[in-house]
This record gives sequence, C-alpha cells and structure tokens, in this order.
Amino acid sequence: MFGAGGGTSSYEEVRETDLIVLWGSNARETHPIFFHHVLKALHRGARLIVVDPRKTASARWADFWLGIDVGTDIPLANGMAREIIAAGLVNTEFVERATDGFDAYAASVEPWTLEETERVTGVPASAVREAAHAYARADRAQLCWTLGITEHHNAVDNVFALINLALLTGHVGRYGSGLNPLRGQNNVQGGGDMGALPNRLPGFKLVEDESERARFEAAWGAPLPAKAGLHLSEMFEAMEHGELRALYVIGENPAQSEADQTRARRLLEGLDHLVVQDIFRTRTAEMADVVLPASATWCEGEGTVTSSERRVQRVRKALDPPGEARDDIEIVYELGRRLGVDLGSPAAEDVWNELRSLSAMHAGMSYARLEELGGIHWPCWDEQHPGEQFLHARLWEPEVEVRAPFKPVEHDPPVDELSEEFPIRLTTGRRLESFNTGVQTGGFSSPLHRDGTAIRLAAEDGARYGVGDGERVRVVSRRGAVEAPVRYDTGLRPGLAFMNLHFPDEVETNVLTIDATDPQSGTAEFKATAIRLEKL
Amino acid sequence: MDLRLLAAEPSAAEREAIDAVVGADASNGHRVARDDRGRRHLLLPALRAAQRRVGWVSAGALGYAARRLEVPPADAYGVASFYALLALEERPAEVLHVCTDLSCRLAGAEVPDGAHPSPCLGLCERAPASLLTVAGEEPREVQLPESAPPLPQHGDESLRLLRRIGVADPDSLDSYRAHGGYAALRRALDLGPALVLREVAESRLLGRGGAAFPTGVKWEAVARQPRRPHFLVCNADESEPGTFKDRVLMEEDPFALVEAMTIAAYATGCEHGFVYVRAEYPLAHARLESALAQARARGFLGEDVMGSGFSFDVELRIGAGAYVCGEETALFQSIEGYRGEPRNKPPFPVEVGLFGQPTVVNNVETLFNVLEIVEGSGAAYAETGTSDSTGTRLFCVSGHVARPGLYEVPFGTTLRELLALAQSRPPKAVLLGGAAGAFVGPDQLDLPLTFEATRAAGVTLGSGVVIVYDESADLVDAVLRIAEFFRDESCGQCVPCRVGTIRQEEALQRLAAGRSHGDELEVLADLTAVMRDASICGLGQTAANAVASAIENLGVFAR
Repeated sequence: MFGAGGGTSSYEEVRETDLIVLWGSNARETHPIFFHHVLKALHRGARLIVVDPRKTASARWADFWLGIDVGTDIPLANGMAREIIAAGLVNTEFVERATDGFDAYAASVEPWTLEETERVTGVPASAVREAAHAYARADRAQLCWTLGITEHHNAVDNVFALINLALLTGHVGRYGSGLNPLRGQNNVQGGGDMGALPNRLPGFKLVEDESERARFEAAWGAPLPAKAGLHLSEMFEAMEHGELRALYVIGENPAQSEADQTRARRLLEGLDHLVVQDIFRTRTAEMADVVLPASATWCEGEGTVTSSERRVQRVRKALDPPGEARDDIEIVYELGRRLGVDLGSPAAEDVWNELRSLSAMHAGMSYARLEELGGIHWPCWDEQHPGEQFLHARLWEPEVEVRAPFKPVEHDPPVDELSEEFPIRLTTGRRLESFNTGVQTGGFSSPLHRDGTAIRLAAEDGARYGVGDGERVRVVSRRGAVEAPVRYDTGLRPGLAFMNLHFPDEVETNVLTIDATDPQSGTAEFKATAIRLEKL
Repeated sequence: MDLRLLAAEPSAAEREAIDAVVGADASNGHRVARDDRGRRHLLLPALRAAQRRVGWVSAGALGYAARRLEVPPADAYGVASFYALLALEERPAEVLHVCTDLSCRLAGAEVPDGAHPSPCLGLCERAPASLLTVAGEEPREVQLPESAPPLPQHGDESLRLLRRIGVADPDSLDSYRAHGGYAALRRALDLGPALVLREVAESRLLGRGGAAFPTGVKWEAVARQPRRPHFLVCNADESEPGTFKDRVLMEEDPFALVEAMTIAAYATGCEHGFVYVRAEYPLAHARLESALAQARARGFLGEDVMGSGFSFDVELRIGAGAYVCGEETALFQSIEGYRGEPRNKPPFPVEVGLFGQPTVVNNVETLFNVLEIVEGSGAAYAETGTSDSTGTRLFCVSGHVARPGLYEVPFGTTLRELLALAQSRPPKAVLLGGAAGAFVGPDQLDLPLTFEATRAAGVTLGSGVVIVYDESADLVDAVLRIAEFFRDESCGQCVPCRVGTIRQEEALQRLAAGRSHGDELEVLADLTAVMRDASICGLGQTAANAVASAIENLGVFAR
C-alpha cells in the first residue's frame, strides 16, 4: 500500500503487538502459519478482535468477535472512524504531520453514527464503539485482512477503508503497528513483486511509466507494450467480445476457480488456442490444446519465494522433476527459442541477479546474503542494507516528504442483491486442510474432507426452509444451481449460508457465484451471492 | 462410551446445567461474542453440573461442554474419565457411596447392593460413613451419618486453631467477628505486606499438608516474583485416608479460612484465589460459598478489601474424586481443566504454578495458623512447640478409640499422651500420617509428635492421621487395603507408580493368600526403592511407605 503492494509488518512484530484485528480473515484455518504468530502474541497477553460474518474458528479464539453482514465492511470501518474522531482518540500529531485529506475524510464518515452503523452492519453499536476504542487506544496494533475484504466488487475501497483507520490512529510505520494483507500461498507476494500483475513491472514499477519502461526495454533489448494489460476478469470479458483468442495459463485452474463457472468454461472452450502449464492435470488442462508439464517449484527447482512479511527466502532443489516435467524457467526460455528469441539458458540465480539489477528494492539480496541471513525483507537497497522489518517508517520522520492520503470511501452493497426469490446470503471460503479448487489437496481421501461439499446453515434456517441436517438440497442463484448436502453450523446466523470451493468435481460452488469484479483489482465478489434453497 | 461426541446432542436439562456454568451459547443469532478461549478451566465445573443435574455425564453433555469450551472431544473425554465420581455410564439419580477405607473397615463397613464402595470420605470420626449423591433439579449430597460427635476438646481454653469450633455460628459473619474474626486481617493491613511476610518467616511455620515446607519461604518466593498475576490456591483436597481436619475447619469455621487466604494474598501480591475442595465435602462447599458471599457483601473480599485499596477474591472449585489432585501441581492441572496428572518439578509453583503463573499453595490448616501469627507475632507463635516444630498441630484420631475426632495439641506431645486424650484401647499398631504414612508399634508410643522426631524415627506426621489398631485388628487387611488404594489412585502417568503399585498389590495378595513365590519381600523392597526414587510425584514416592513399615516395624508377613 502507499505505492508498494505488501504488508507493512514482520511476523516478529505480530508476536510483539498488543492488539490484532483479523478483518475478513479466518487465519486459524486459512493462514495457519501466520496464526502461530498470532497465538504467540495471545499467549503473551495481546488481544484479538475478529471481524467476520461467520463465527469462525479464528473468532472462537478472539477476545471479541464482530459478526457483520456480508459486504458492510466500509460502514463498519467508517463507523469506527467516526467514533474514534468523536471520542477524541485520533492520533492528531500523526494525522497533521504525515497525512493528507483528513477534513474531507472526517466529513465523509460523519453520517456513520454508531446507530447508523448498527443499522447497516448488524453489529450492535456498543460493540462498534468498543472495537473502535480498543484499536485507537492500543499502543501497538496490527490490522490484518484477507479475502473477506478483497473478494468483493469494491475490494480496493474496502482496503482503503482499513488503511484510513490506521492513518487515523497512527498504527502504521512503527514497530509493532501495521497493516497486513495475509497471502494465501507461500509466494503470492513474490508473484506480485516480480511483476506478475497486468499494470506493473518487477519491483512494482508501472508499465505506463515511460522512463521505467525505457529502462526495462534497454535491459531486455525488446520493446514492451505501452499500456497496462488485462487482469483476469477483463480477460474473460475480452474473450466474451472475441478480442482475446489465445490463452497461456500458468499454475491456475480458471475452469474451476472463476466465478460464474458456466460462463467461464464456455469462454475457455471458445478460444482458438489454450496452453496450460501446471504440475497437475487440472480441469483447465483437460481443455487445453497444449499442456506443458512443470516441475513443483518448492522441491524440484531452485529459486526464491516471498512470504506475507515480504521476506525473500531461498528455495532449493531436492528432487528431479518426474517424467517430462520441466523447470518453469526452462519452459520459458525454450518457448522463447521456439518463438525465435534466444534467452540463453539462465539458471535461477542468473534470473534473480537480473531482477536485482532492475528492481531497486531487491538490489541487495544476493543468494549468498539470502542464505546467510535466512531471508531478507524487502526493500533491501544494497548489499550493506539489512532489509526493512517494517515499511513506512518515513511517516514518523520529522519531515515527511510524501504524505499518506486519506481516501474517503462510500458504502456500496453487494451486487447480487437479496430478494424474496433469493433470500439467503451465501458466502464462500476455505477450510484448513484444503487448498482452493482442490487440485493439490483433493486428490486423496481424508476424514478432514468430510462435509466439504456441504452448504452450511444455521439450524433456524433449516427449520424455516424445511431442510434437515444431512439432507440434500438444490442451491439456486441467479446464475445456476447445484445440489449439496445441508450441514447445520452454529457459527452461522439465520440468513447466512457458507460453502467451500475445494471440491468442484462434486459440488461446483462457483456455478452460483457472481463475476461482479472490482475494476481496480479484478477480483470477483465470491463472498456475496444471493441464493435460495429448494427441497429435492 | 462410543467417542462420537460431536454427533450427540445434550438434553435440555444438561444444556441448561452446563450453560449455567459456561454462560448461554451466544454463537447463533448473535453478532458479538467474546473470549471462548481460555475457558477450559470451566470444563470440570461444567461436567460436574451436568452430572448433578441428570446423574451422569452423557455423550451429549460431554460433547456439548467440549464444544462450548473449545476443548477437543477426545481430550474432554480424557478429563471426564479421570475422575472417579464422574459416571460415564448411565446410572440412577441416587447413588450411595460407602466408605470402605481404613477407619470405616475397622468399624465394620458393609456395601449394600447397588451402592458403590468408596475410598476414604473424610468422616472417620463417625465411621462407618457414606455419602449419598442425589441428582436432579435440586441436586444434593448428604454425608452419612449426618450428625458428627462434638469436638472432643470442646471448651478447652488452650485451643487455638479450634477455638471457635462449636462456639461461633459457621453461617454468620457477625458471629465470626464477635469471636475475634477479621482482627488478624486488620492488623495485616496495618503492618503492610513486608511485615506480614516477616512475621510468618519468624514464626517458622511449616506446611501442614504433609510436606512440611516453611510457609514463610514459600510466601517470600512468590512475593518476589516480578511476573503478574500471582495466584493463591488453598489446597483443601484433603483425601489422605484417615484425614478429616480440613473438613472440620471448613465446615465449622469457614470465615477463618477466607480471612487467612486474604492475608496470604495480601502478603504475596495475589488478586485471585482458589479454594479447591474435594467433592466428598458437600457441607464444606455450602459453608464456604456462604462465607465467601457474606465476606464479599460486607467488603471483606472483592474490590478494596476493608477500605485498604487491596483487591482480592476467592473462587471455590470442587474436585470429582481423585486422591492425586491433592498433589499441588495435579491440583493446578485439575483447576485448569486437564486430567489431574502431576507436573514435573522444577519449576516449582512459586515460579510456574496455576495457569503458569507464580502461585502460593497452602493447606487449610497451614492457613489457619497464619491468623494467630499475624494477630500476635511470629516470635510469640514460635514459643509453642519445639524449636523445629513451632505451634500446635491437629490430629485426626480414629480407629479403636473411645473418643475419635479432631485434636489440637502442641508439637512435642507424645503419641501416648494423644492416645490417652482419645481414650484409646491398648494398640497393637498405630498408623501415623495416613496411607502415605507409616505404622508404628506399641514400643514407639513415647515418640514425640514433632517433625524432627518422626523424621528421625523414619515415620511421618503427614496430614495428622492417627489410626489406632487394637489387638483384634487385622493388619494384613489394612495393608492390602492401602496397596489397593494406591493402585486405584495412581494417575498412571509415570511407569514406576503405575506398574509399581500394581506389582506391590499383587505381591501382597500372594503373601496374604499363602501363595508366595518366595521372593515377595525382596520384590517389595525393590519396588519401594524404585517408586521412591523414580516417581514423578509424592503419590508414587510414598506408595510403599506404609506397607514397608508394616513389614519392618510390625513384622507383618514375617517369615
């Protein structure tokens, strides 16, 4: 944030903080490693607030759980902000020196009285007030979020709403205080850092920044597109309009992971050419014209990964890849050769050193230093620099050169509205032992998969719609229908249902979800679907 | 019990009983919840509540309690199955537990059909005794016989620890104060914590629970710990066969315990105290609950005790039938909601005790002595008794005596003098210190009852048990019962005790039945050494003491 896409704080600071807010995150199940650090903090006496529509496993560890209505994160954040301002708990020193736009922000949150916040979010006013005071009064606080914030059509606004809270209270740029999007895989962070984003070059440089682009063009000896590319949802739109005819998919399974799956599959099938590079024969790979079997990078190749705390770590090869599977780097340069470009045959370290020459924030991270220091937090400007444990310390310097702006944001409810026809709010998510579409975790039987295909409901809803625990029902949304068994769940209140997405071969949850996407992040609103239940 | 706990649902009555302990389930239809974690310590109270309501702990009740407290079901089952008084099979609402332990055997205890045999119920002065438990909407437990004989020394001006018993009304705070109550706390608040610690150190008070550790040293060690909070635990899990002193103190003078705990907390910097009472003492539970409530209502507990700014409160915790929970670290485990398995020491409780925090743990009788020390002075207190055993001592005298009951005598009184007070019949043997103690013969009656003299004689005062066996007594039966007791009460955590107590009983059974393999005495001697050296806790370390003393001192099983 503030220009670089990464969490601001280290795991050590999470362990040493006084208050942790997990907002739209069930880290106990979905980020179990991160949650270890949370647990260490709790054992030390830190407090935990969990904001989640469901009373999740994480919420059961919380000092305090706020069960908001799906898609009302901005009202809750704005309501907390208004209360912090009204109670005189603003960090005025920080706001005056290091931020811009406070007055406009204060005016934008003014309508969100505690009563109004309660009306829209469902969270009792007293609880909103308590959470606001706890966050503002904490000496150190970590605000962490995951897909509960970002899988919405207004994902980026949701994130701004949380950043605003941190600016208001000065909970950023200091040891122990920060803002942390938790990453769902060991190298989601690294993927973004390397420029695997439609509008960014390695090191988060903008594609559309001419001087940056020129630097990369000079180094690579090739012209680069002057315009940002398409993000995932835009690609599907382009397919819809016939503008995108060929697709090269690396390590993704869009045939099962995309929202509104029926449409996604139709568009994939309509392509002229589909190439899939993966370690498994996924559903998408089954549709491909060419499949490039890849090595499993965590054990069959050399390289680096970057964790949620921006720590770049070495990955070492332990095994040769099986059969015809090849290292990702090798696939890329072999592909280049076939396309008429000789990229040589660089090893992982060569590729890394090229990155260091182009991305200043990685410049000081030689393989030798990564080895020696057990990984380094970016940015690391040169070979003497130890890396930054936390970001934005500059905001606390006597003279702040570039101030952090407040970004006022407005509530915009989920696109898939509830109605008499579709009265139940379905939200989707992950569980401890499974991973996304199950490509890596669904291939073996495990008692932990039990009920993974179920639609979870409050017992009250079961009674209301006449469906018993264990009974199979048809779940219908505006886009499609699936059949699934019902499981009663005490973590859900009436009107709220929950499904996993890990077992698409049995229950295609994403047939139900809506592909309403955030225009800036390209993420679909997986968290908010309107459904009804039909007895079979 | 089939371990499909997650599927089983509690009945409405069970749910209500458990909710009364853990709070109503707010997870459904609500938007806010707080702090489900860290409530594991409510597991035993919740299971106990369910059993008191319906008579046993069903799979539904166990699963519900586990779910509410975030304890894995198998783990909760491990806790429930640890305690003898929790039933995991359905049984009638009314259960009679008949004591078949040492003193009650001498009094001819018999277990009627349908009743459960029980280890010592701590009612030895009215043997044979039993405990009736009645589950239902208004659960109750009744100690039988219901009326106790009066205190044998009633009216004796020299009584100190027992001076209010039979004199003050145990249900009335005003009556307690009219008989000198809360003068000691007032003086403690005047002195300040440091001077209270000094008085206790100067008194040279030694713990009365069995281990005879200097109380002043323990208190100072906790007071010094920078880590907060500190906890105070009163160990009232008096389960040593033949012991009933703490029960009498709690039943008849409960406010004194509350006052003494408050002083201990004040001196050592504790804000929260627990009194852990064994389940077999229902009258003590009621009297303590009443005393705690009255003390709270009148400003002797809670915020700002006696207007001093010092805050302290006490929670009553009730066991569920486990002798080993009298071991201090097992007691912590039990309060925390785990199986009552003792921890390794060190670290000692003064550093890492209840909930991992610095903890003072004292026996009831020990705490009673504090009142006199603070009201007078440590030096004055130390004038009674001997130089190494200061003050007076309570003895639980039962067995073949005309006047069984609780006696208070200065340290240094001889066993013969004590037996004379109780109008003992001529003894063939006397068991000192309970099942973990030792037998002495009629040739040792002039033994002075002090820590140092008993130690020199290779015996122990233990928890103050004195059981008299006259010529008619069957000592082999007593020894077999002691062996059975330890085998049954071993928590099974460490091998020397788990296996040793079984082998010990087997060897004794062979000897008693005349089926000797010829090497039993050697086996027993080996077991004695192994259990003493290698057991984790005092239970295993002392499990062979009484048996060995019967063989050595009395010549039981002599070849």
